[in-house]
Amino acid sequence: MALLSTSLSGWGRYPVQSCELERPERFALLHPNAEHLIARGQGRSYGDASLNENGRVLLTERVNRLLEFDLEHGVLRAEAGVTLAEILEVIVPKGWFLPVTPGTKFVSLGGCVAADVHGKNHHHEGSFGDHVQSIELILANGKLLHCTPTENQQLFWATVGGMGLTGIIGEVTVKLIPIPSAYMMVKNHSADNLEGLFTLLQSPASDDRYTVAWIDSMASGEHLGRGVAMGGHHVEVEELPGNFYRSIKPERRHSIPFNFPALILNSKSISVFNSRYFKREGGRRHPFLSGYDSYFYPLDRIAHWNRLYGKRGFVQYQCVIPDATAFEGVKHLLEALSSSRRPSFLAVLKRLGPQGRGLLSFPMAGYTLALDLPIRDSGLFVLLNKLDEIVLQHGGRVYLAKDARLSSQKFREMYPLYAEWLKIKHEFDPQNRFSSSLSRRLKIGESA
Amino acid sequence: MSQTVLILGATSAIACATAAAFAARGDALFLASRDEEELKRIAADLRLRYGVKVNHGIFDAEATDTHEAFFQSIISNFPDLSGIVLAFGYLGDQQSSRDFKVSAKIISSNFTGAASILGLFANHFETLQQGFIIGISSVAGDRGRQSNYVYGAAKGALSLYLQGLRNRLYHSGVRVITIKPGFVDTAMTFGLPGMFLVASPSSIGNGIVASLGKSSDIVYLPWFWRYIMLIIKHIPEFIFKRMKL
Repeated sequence: MALLSTSLSGWGRYPVQSCELERPERFALLHPNAEHLIARGQGRSYGDASLNENGRVLLTERVNRLLEFDLEHGVLRAEAGVTLAEILEVIVPKGWFLPVTPGTKFVSLGGCVAADVHGKNHHHEGSFGDHVQSIELILANGKLLHCTPTENQQLFWATVGGMGLTGIIGEVTVKLIPIPSAYMMVKNHSADNLEGLFTLLQSPASDDRYTVAWIDSMASGEHLGRGVAMGGHHVEVEELPGNFYRSIKPERRHSIPFNFPALILNSKSISVFNSRYFKREGGRRHPFLSGYDSYFYPLDRIAHWNRLYGKRGFVQYQCVIPDATAFEGVKHLLEALSSSRRPSFLAVLKRLGPQGRGLLSFPMAGYTLALDLPIRDSGLFVLLNKLDEIVLQHGGRVYLAKDARLSSQKFREMYPLYAEWLKIKHEFDPQNRFSSSLSRRLKIGESA
Repeated sequence: MSQTVLILGATSAIACATAAAFAARGDALFLASRDEEELKRIAADLRLRYGVKVNHGIFDAEATDTHEAFFQSIISNFPDLSGIVLAFGYLGDQQSSRDFKVSAKIISSNFTGAASILGLFANHFETLQQGFIIGISSVAGDRGRQSNYVYGAAKGALSLYLQGLRNRLYHSGVRVITIKPGFVDTAMTFGLPGMFLVASPSSIGNGIVASLGKSSDIVYLPWFWRYIMLIIKHIPEFIFKRMKL
């Protein structure tokens, strides 16, 4: 099979590295053919998790078949290369939905397991891995192994959140959730400062099955952390107004055709946008109906939105800080960001529920903050190192699926179960065959 | 009533996309190839995505002595068979090997095997006075080039075979369509140097199914390859032989 040598990046378009791509079209060809390789689904991790500089990247996008769908129990088995978008097309008309979904549907099923993704319902329903019934994993020796929470369970929980470093995820069986309709009822609550926002996220009155808060990252001083908490749930049929079909406008899709000049997103333009957004979304005091697509995947309507950040790309900095120190920690982070005068186009705050069983999984009970930061100069990385310190001081960690620059030392401090994970890695992949640019940078595979 | 379309060589990316395009319009399918494990997966996927009936079975283009039995089992189990798509092919690696064994395999899978199975279904549709045969040939069959003339010769022979068949079956009301894809983004072309204007398999699959509703007999996909090949075919030989294509 021919290989394609090309430069490759994640969704953040940083870093860009030269990799050797292999793209099998048959399940039987999902095989560790190189000394070092990493599987890549849709390349939607932001940093270098799906890169392998001067090494092999195995694209799973063509091994994407749906295999079994138990309509009665809502259990779906599919090849890992399939995207959530393709899954939704099949399951939603049958009254089922993904148990957990990240903010884009253009991710692969395998990627959801490898990054143990979370959604707006993590505080109620956990992360993706909590709903996975089984994984067919192709190991370093080429053999296929069936892993479930009760069978080969150690490998299962090393693979959930394991960033593809335990093997090639071939198939995934996931338990879906029933939905009464394809629509969401959404209610917004605004808060004038961070304290108010935290209150909204905790209060049962403003919390819903799915809840997330948008933060005006440009606000400072007494308005630091002002934002809008947006709660939503799947609409019961009785809740649908008689004329509901008229209230859902068909979605227009747009595309960013080229890299924007980096200056378009600057402090001024983002401030203007944020103020407007705060007024508009915060002003929607009554519940409103939304299609599931525009509720869960607002940015999917804009293809290639990552080009907005210009040619040099951007870093998404996502961290979680445990409940006890969350408010202080998030406040410090926002203050550090604000005083750095570096605009973040997007800032999102979300409550997370208890930590799952994935050994390298990101979520823990607390609050997660995500910031999109364009790369203008190397000063950004100085700021991010400072943010790492704040996160560590408050007992938190950063999300590997978004990361492009964490140090191997801090990784070890943030992921205390790494030592346990490493034992399983050594057992099943002693040659460290499954490795990526991320794993080399963080020295994952090397001693704890 | 749904009709069944037989896809021969159903595991290639173009064949999968073509099967999906037929399924999307509600046709039942029979998928045939050598790789049963892979067929099971493709069939399950098409059933789930499109809610159509999909059967599958083993077919080896090069094992021509098995073709009669395969043909019999298809026509007895699927009396509603509306047409066939011949999608199998083998590019081979002509450049790294001057071995005739490689050439022979290219010729037998792309042409000999095709002629064998097409003959059987041609007779069947001729008797019924209905049906369609879609053969996926290649632009490589339009002119011999140093880089892949064995493949080109086999595909060129297939194109001529389909042309003759079209002429023969015209009066029986059987439609014969020759598809000539240009560069398509599949395992066959992945990583090869010199690719340009590469089309997605799904655009080719949709184009193949759409060709049934149009009158063209020889369909280039995407359409502009007709003009690219027109130019290439008209380069005088004394110039062409000096070119590196």
